[in-house]
Amino acid sequence: MSVVSFTKEKVMPDSEPAVKTAQAKPVVAVVKPLSTTATAATPLLQKRGAWAATAKRIFEWLLPPVTGLLIFAAIWATVSALTQGLPGPVKTWESAVELFRDPFYINNPNDMGIGWNILNSLKRVATGFALAAIVGIPMGFVIGRYAFMSRMAAPIISLLKPVSPLAWLPIGLLVFKAANPAAIWVIFITAVWPMIINTAVGVSKVPQDYMNVAKVLNLSEWKVITKILLPYVMPYMMTGVRLSIGAAWLVIVAAEMLTGGVGIGFWVWDEWNNLNVEHIIIAIFIVGIVGLLLEQCLVLLAKRYSYE
Amino acid sequence: MTTNMMQDRYVLIENVNMTFQTKKGSFQALKDINLNIREGEFISIIGHSGCGKSTVLNLIAGLLQPTEGYLFCAGREIAKPGPERAVVFQNHSLLPWLTCFENVYLAVERVFSETEGPAQLAERTRAALELVGLSHAMEKRPNEISGGMKQRVGIARALAMEPKVLLLDEPFGALDALTRAGLQDELMSIMARSGCTAVMVTHDVDEAVLLSDRIVMMTNGPAATIGEILEVDLPRPRKRLELVEDPAYTHLRSEVLKFLYERHAKKAA
Ligand SMILES: Nc1ncnc2c1ncn2[C@@H]1O[C@H](COP(=O)(O)OP(=O)(O)O)[C@@H](O)[C@H]1O
Ligand SMILES: [Mg+2]
Repeated sequence: MSVVSFTKEKVMPDSEPAVKTAQAKPVVAVVKPLSTTATAATPLLQKRGAWAATAKRIFEWLLPPVTGLLIFAAIWATVSALTQGLPGPVKTWESAVELFRDPFYINNPNDMGIGWNILNSLKRVATGFALAAIVGIPMGFVIGRYAFMSRMAAPIISLLKPVSPLAWLPIGLLVFKAANPAAIWVIFITAVWPMIINTAVGVSKVPQDYMNVAKVLNLSEWKVITKILLPYVMPYMMTGVRLSIGAAWLVIVAAEMLTGGVGIGFWVWDEWNNLNVEHIIIAIFIVGIVGLLLEQCLVLLAKRYSYE
Repeated sequence: MTTNMMQDRYVLIENVNMTFQTKKGSFQALKDINLNIREGEFISIIGHSGCGKSTVLNLIAGLLQPTEGYLFCAGREIAKPGPERAVVFQNHSLLPWLTCFENVYLAVERVFSETEGPAQLAERTRAALELVGLSHAMEKRPNEISGGMKQRVGIARALAMEPKVLLLDEPFGALDALTRAGLQDELMSIMARSGCTAVMVTHDVDEAVLLSDRIVMMTNGPAATIGEILEVDLPRPRKRLELVEDPAYTHLRSEVLKFLYERHAKKAA
């Protein structure tokens, strides 16, 4: 369900609900002056009809998500009015404007702008994620291709997959003796399972027909991989990639809370210690928006690489 | 084996039994299959659905190994699939992410890349697609062309390998009657020119009589076997319209129909 509303929002880049409603109405209002100033009678009517229809469609299409966001803001405002200490939407917005006025300042290594924090988290996610892809995708291929490997890996995967990736953090700290590689290690663990599993499922689902073609043509293993397995498995792999980037982004906040350093997760923790609740709420929105953007990028990438 | 004997028994199936191991236990699909196919002969295998026609074809292709018995091609035992036995699959089995050209090229490359350069391989690919009348669709993907065209690409892919034996599994089964007739005529003229041996699975009586030198009629499964073999001694080249009025044709046709619907009628499920 959430995916549906996300894709709808994607088209309208404005993030503030108030702005959206303000825009939606003038669009309808603009139609009249436009059509009355045109000269030719019949095209005029047609044009007017088309314009009105488009405006109506946009309006109807925006109505539900905008209503949803407004309701959300209203509940939030009400709760904050009734509670001590929870800032409302307006106050948070003001604080966000202030925060993003200079996102890339550096006072000292422990006090950097919000932009640096986001970038550092993204860097960790990207590194852990890339390592997971390098390890997970080939492993998925091998597991999917050979029944022996699949049965060999099955107990390990089913045992380790349900473990929260954060449980691996102490191991990472122990082995790497530093916070940053330990956080990357946690991301790696988070991202590697979906990649292995989805790739393996894709490979094992390659239709027998295609494998028969490979046999009759007597294709080399390299050709089988590049001409049959890889193109067929690509959509499955992209699903794995999408799932794992989502999970990695979920986990990085928690991992950074524990490891410290510059990053959005530690920033949240820091603001909690400063009792700056506006900033915590802003961080929640930032994490949500960045996660959404990551996912959308990968959806686009997946479309680009699927053959259908 | 003398050359003469090898020509007469180009493809040889000896006492073949085929039992599948399934989840519900073992299932004997084929029993005591014996068949000699001459070089250059066109054989049709006809029988009710599920009797084991595809299984016979896959055994010759080398995609399956018989539980008992032996299969030979050109004097050698069939141990695995090979490019000298090309298969035209029932559902065309083109790779959807490759263009028609690339689909055929994949086969050509495999067979001829040791002796020929890329330009020659591409030329072969073009020639094969031209042979089936698809020069205009070379750069299209399979999902952009019609069912008949896909099947033609499948035939082009098989022929481009210059196989000794062409194996066709209900190649025109999914096509409408008009397209099917057109492709049958094309296949006949291609086979006449190439002189290669062909084994075709079909459930279409007219198709079997029109194309074949012999029609192998199979009994119903389980443990299906060859019931009768019908010689089709109609002179070639055969013309569809002339045959319709030919009493010999009508007789052969009714022979097959009698086998299928009198002696080995399939009970409606
Ligand atoms: N791989 C297999 N495993 C188990 N049973 C099979 C397998 N292939 C075919 N069969 C069975 O063998 C019989 C013959 O199948 P098939 O050769 O496909 O029939 P046809 O092509 O004549 O319709 C069927 O009953 C089918 O269920
Ligand atoms: Mg079949």
